[in-house]
Amino acid sequence: MKILILGAGQVGSTVAESLVSEANDITVVDSDGDKLRQLQDRLDLRTLTGNAAHPSTLEQAGIADTDMLLAVTQSDEVNLVACKLAASLYNTPTRIARIRSIDYLNREEVFSADNFCVDFSICPEQILTEYIVKLIEFPEALQVLEFADGKASLVAVRAFAGGPLVGNPLSFLRSHMPQVDARVAAIFRKDSPIIPEGNTVVEEGDEIFFIAATDNIRSVLNEMRRMDKPSKRIMIVGGGNIGRRLAKALERDYQVKLIEYNKKSCEKLAGELTNTLVLNGDGTDEKLMQQEHVDEIDVFCALTNDDENNIMSSLLAKQGGARKVIALINRSAYVGLVQGGKIDIALSPAQVTIGSLLAYVRQGDVVAVHSLRRGAAEALELVAHGDRQSSRVVGRRIEEIELPKGATIGAIVRGDQVIMGHHDTLIEAEDHVIVFVINKQMVKKVEKLFQVSLGFF
Amino acid sequence: MQRTLTVIHALGLLLVVFSAAYLLPVITAVIYADYAILLDFLVAMVWTLAIGFLMWLLTRRYKGELSIRHGYLLVVAMWTAMPMFATLPLLLAIPDLSFTDAYFETMSGMTTTGATTLVGLDNLPPAINVWRHELNWVGGLGIIVLAVAILPLLGIGGRQLFKAETPGPMKEAALTPRIADTARNLWVIYVAITLVCIGALKWAGMNWLDAVCHAFSALSLGGFSTHDASVGYFNSPAIELVLIVFMLIAAINFATHFLAWRGKSMKVYLSDAEAVATVILIVGSCLGVGYFLWWQGVYPEFWTALRHASFNLVSIATDCGYASVDFNQWPMFAPLWMLFLSSIACSAGSTGGGIKMIRTLVLVKQAGREFLKLLHPAVVNPMKIGGHVVANNIVFAVLGFIFLYFISVASLTFVLLISGLDFVTAFSAIIACINNMGPGLNMVGPAGNYQGLTDFQTWVCAVAMLIGRLEIFTVLILFTPHFWRR
Repeated sequence: MKILILGAGQVGSTVAESLVSEANDITVVDSDGDKLRQLQDRLDLRTLTGNAAHPSTLEQAGIADTDMLLAVTQSDEVNLVACKLAASLYNTPTRIARIRSIDYLNREEVFSADNFCVDFSICPEQILTEYIVKLIEFPEALQVLEFADGKASLVAVRAFAGGPLVGNPLSFLRSHMPQVDARVAAIFRKDSPIIPEGNTVVEEGDEIFFIAATDNIRSVLNEMRRMDKPSKRIMIVGGGNIGRRLAKALERDYQVKLIEYNKKSCEKLAGELTNTLVLNGDGTDEKLMQQEHVDEIDVFCALTNDDENNIMSSLLAKQGGARKVIALINRSAYVGLVQGGKIDIALSPAQVTIGSLLAYVRQGDVVAVHSLRRGAAEALELVAHGDRQSSRVVGRRIEEIELPKGATIGAIVRGDQVIMGHHDTLIEAEDHVIVFVINKQMVKKVEKLFQVSLGFF
Repeated sequence: MQRTLTVIHALGLLLVVFSAAYLLPVITAVIYADYAILLDFLVAMVWTLAIGFLMWLLTRRYKGELSIRHGYLLVVAMWTAMPMFATLPLLLAIPDLSFTDAYFETMSGMTTTGATTLVGLDNLPPAINVWRHELNWVGGLGIIVLAVAILPLLGIGGRQLFKAETPGPMKEAALTPRIADTARNLWVIYVAITLVCIGALKWAGMNWLDAVCHAFSALSLGGFSTHDASVGYFNSPAIELVLIVFMLIAAINFATHFLAWRGKSMKVYLSDAEAVATVILIVGSCLGVGYFLWWQGVYPEFWTALRHASFNLVSIATDCGYASVDFNQWPMFAPLWMLFLSSIACSAGSTGGGIKMIRTLVLVKQAGREFLKLLHPAVVNPMKIGGHVVANNIVFAVLGFIFLYFISVASLTFVLLISGLDFVTAFSAIIACINNMGPGLNMVGPAGNYQGLTDFQTWVCAVAMLIGRLEIFTVLILFTPHFWRR
């Protein structure tokens, strides 16, 4: 497939990286030549320096025979104009735009075929914000991922002494709470995966991934560890796009303090936020933290643009007594370095946000792809089509499906119903199937498995 | 000197416009076939017209744009000159009326204070009563706003004049691109609501003359009445209810009325933090004071207590100044609380007086800001009213205004005390005049009036009304040395 990516920022370069490995022809356009050079040094793709909203640049980049346009520059307006041009001048089939402003997102008609012709819009900041909100809602969880419009969730949690399940085999979960249906999809023990069986004994320190209907998450979490008291006080460092959205999303239900370095931004934030205490200061200033009682903070989020700052300020906060600290870290090398140490959760924006974009790019019947464990494992939501003849999935019981080893079917969402995957569950057409793979290479195989053979058409 | 002549030129023009105001009493006199009065008004009209025209004609060489400072001069000159000319028919028609009392009466009318020095209102010729109430009504939204609306010839200076005359700390938000359009729209709304009020009062049982007069004084929150006993004369719950509603409407920013009318939506009122605070404060106070009067045994029945508390409290709190009973006889808490509300309850851009609700909100929030700053030294919390950030320079302007307001109240009260009045009368008279409210307590209470004051005391009260109506700065700026320095 020929793909044109506009913008070589965080989002653009991460998407390019993922797509290059899938045998696509990729051209990246950006106004910053240095960024492009760096990208070209690492990846096998073409680059072009220029204004992404100018027809001449687009033509040079070969938009005429491009299959898909990904407009992911920093500017909403450039992205919108590029999509419009691609649609009306060059008939590009698929157009995806990154849109940040709520003003545009609230008005769907802006994206319609009569206006800016955007097929699919993505807002990484919004996805990341929702992700962090979930983590704050379930402070025990390391990761909470939603499938099928939030009906089912995949939750990662570290087992601790005190949870009823710890020290018992997995089959105990079923007998202990028969009314709740949950399925453990994988266990990571000392960073290596274990395929869970009924007789696998859960040990303290295990990272457990389980799937359950979203309403049941809390009771399942209860089995794994002693519950913390719910979060109330939140401190955010960094009032950029993510910090601001997060504060806005949380300020009604939590007590939120937001620390921002830039005085001008502070004033703007304070004008926009109604219930948040906006503080002007440095996120790594331990005096300021003490003055603002960091020891009573339930969740501390370091969300500035600077990885090192985020790491330092979350370390300081943890030392100062914050209960749980979350740091936003862009460089993947750092993520592995700090997570599981003093910093409870290291968030990699690229991995959190890019899933839904990739799912759309890959088209087919993949609804969502989420990276787990810093990209080592993945969870996919796929739609099963066809019938017993044309599909290798539909009309079969789970035990009959030839899944690659290391892949498990966690749950099935049929209409509004969430069904846990057991060996004898029958898959029907149009089911959303949630598949969990412990190795990224298997994603392709699983996708292939769900493809309908040509006989269907 | 040239600039001053420009001011005189504009003043002449405004006086010519003002002379049109005599038409209404002239018509009334014709309807009631009262030809002696008709002659008086025609004489007054001709004099005003002639003097205004002469001023305009003789200075026409100096026609030009007004600078900001001369805008202030014009506004103050206009607001002292108009009551002067308005006394002409009173002096001609009422024998034995001194110029001091007549000027107090017309100043009280134009500034929508509603305090009166006349006794025997019931027996005044209808044309005189219409004239008094018309002064209320014209002064309510402002004669200069009217002039800006119908006379675009004032040019760019119009916006300055508009700002100098309309009350409230924030006047930057124009409703329409052109100031003349804004002024015109405000007057259209004002006239429309007045017409509805006339209809409602007629329906509630007044005769046409009373309905017109009371609609004029209710919408302008002036508070003149055609009867010595004020609204108590009618003793009608229906009339009181109608007046309560229209007084509350007039106490809300007319710009908000305009937005509601243009957007055909009542939601605008909910997003006007000032209107919400005004209504909550007044309704809550009505219930509280009603309960208080019943509990104190002033009225044996709760509903009677609530009725009298509501009407008089709304009337005083909105700076209107009607009375239905002698609230001076109530336990001290009630009238003092009403006096307190009169200082703060009206919205900016309404026809009421006082320091305005918006400034009260700014002050309250500023106090909250200081507390927060003590607890969290690093905090950044801009002043927000109704979700909008208020710039710090406005906060400072408000603080400055409040200071001047208190200094004015204190010093004018002292002046009255020196002149021999008792404290309650002196203090309540100044509060009532500077808030453009009307009746005070004791000697100047609802049962008495300002006739008992000496000439000197009457002039002090008239000055208090003027600086209250023009929100202090506009008047006092003329007395700063910087104003006259080139």
